[in-house]
Amino acid sequence: MTTPSTSSSATRALGGLTLAGLALLLGYALVWSPPDIAQKDSVRLMYVHVPTAILAFTACAITTLASAMWLRRRSEGWWVLGGAAAEVGIVFTAICLLTGSIWGRPTWGTYWDWDPRITSTTLLFILLVGYLALRRIDNEAGDAAQRGIRGAIVGLLLLPNVMIVHYSVDWWRSLHQTATITRLDPTIEGTMLFTLMLGIAVFGLLFTWLLVHRFRVGWLEERVGATGLDQALLERRAEADVVMTAGGRA
Amino acid sequence: MFRDAGLIAGKDLRVELRSQVTTQQVAPFAILVLILFGVALDPDRGILTRASSGLFWVAVLFCSLLAIQRAFTIEAADGGRDALRLSGLDPAGIFLGKAAAIFVQLAALEVVLAVGVVVMYGTEVTGVPLLLATCLAATAGLASAGTLYGVLAAGLRVRETLLPILLLPVLAPVLIGATKGFEAALGGVAADGWPWCGLLVTFALLYTTFGTLAFGPLLEES
Repeated sequence: MTTPSTSSSATRALGGLTLAGLALLLGYALVWSPPDIAQKDSVRLMYVHVPTAILAFTACAITTLASAMWLRRRSEGWWVLGGAAAEVGIVFTAICLLTGSIWGRPTWGTYWDWDPRITSTTLLFILLVGYLALRRIDNEAGDAAQRGIRGAIVGLLLLPNVMIVHYSVDWWRSLHQTATITRLDPTIEGTMLFTLMLGIAVFGLLFTWLLVHRFRVGWLEERVGATGLDQALLERRAEADVVMTAGGRA
Repeated sequence: MFRDAGLIAGKDLRVELRSQVTTQQVAPFAILVLILFGVALDPDRGILTRASSGLFWVAVLFCSLLAIQRAFTIEAADGGRDALRLSGLDPAGIFLGKAAAIFVQLAALEVVLAVGVVVMYGTEVTGVPLLLATCLAATAGLASAGTLYGVLAAGLRVRETLLPILLLPVLAPVLIGATKGFEAALGGVAADGWPWCGLLVTFALLYTTFGTLAFGPLLEES
């Protein structure tokens, strides 16, 4: 019997590629790419901040898609995928907010600014927290067949809500500051642009790797839930058999 | 569908009229929130007058949580939810009726809050058409999204704590739009406020449409 594990040769290869990519990214982000003229070395945070932001929004899109598919097909794979994407997404959102805050200190002189992107990303974080809280209740409710549609409805509304919040916050702040601080220099080029692209690719790999593993753990959790009930039924029947035999002897 | 909605809205409003929970508990709470803002923000420095639009809508938001919880608590007793499911009423109608009842209660609370803001914060009322339009659109958005998330959380053990975390981030655009609409009406240029009103109407329409579609299955399992 093999040791139960969520890895396969494909995910091991993916994990290895991610590690190699991260090492390469570290080299480019910290050593080979030049410091920014205005922001100096703090610009290096961009190579983590921007990719995590993109992937946080990607995670929301995956959750919404998975919720829609689950409502259509009711196959538990979609259910598990929705939760896995939200969980990985919340980690990336947290990293994005944290790096943004650290970056804001030297650039803007403050950890927090009422910038539209910070505000809407924080609201996105809370939307994900709410969705995962509701899912926990749905998961406690029992196996896939009895599971309610509450979590899926909130998951389905996740991306629309994120978009409405994003655009309204954007519009709200644009009235106050006509010229928002452009963090991403549009004339960015050369090694910096390559490093940013590398960052997006490597974090994309990391995201996929984490998502696959979280999906498999979720899948196994579903199996435990299903076999747990069968096991309990078998045990009860065995008890009944013992009682019957004991009764027969007496 | 609209006949069913009328029945449900009439029932909910009659319950509120007889139980007096909205008038005796939620409305005083609304005034209390205004007093607490006054205590927290120094009343002498004019912050209250300048921030009255935002404070008004934050107070409405808190009250709407209470009104939404209440709208589904009244169904919890005496097997009300089962009766509702077995009544044969159109689920879309039930959604619209519940939302309409919440709308009426919130509108009444807004009148109380508006009087409170004028009296206690010294806000001068200008741009009445924009104020009214903003109130109507924002309240419709609060009621429709609130009813949808309210039935989602209804029947759960953790509903009191879950509803705010699910609903408040979703309502952030309503808070922004309503506050900007009010600011434009009360001191700024009224023309700046109408696009925000448009945002509020869009939000209300989106949630009303989605709510009428999703309410039936959600009610089944609440």
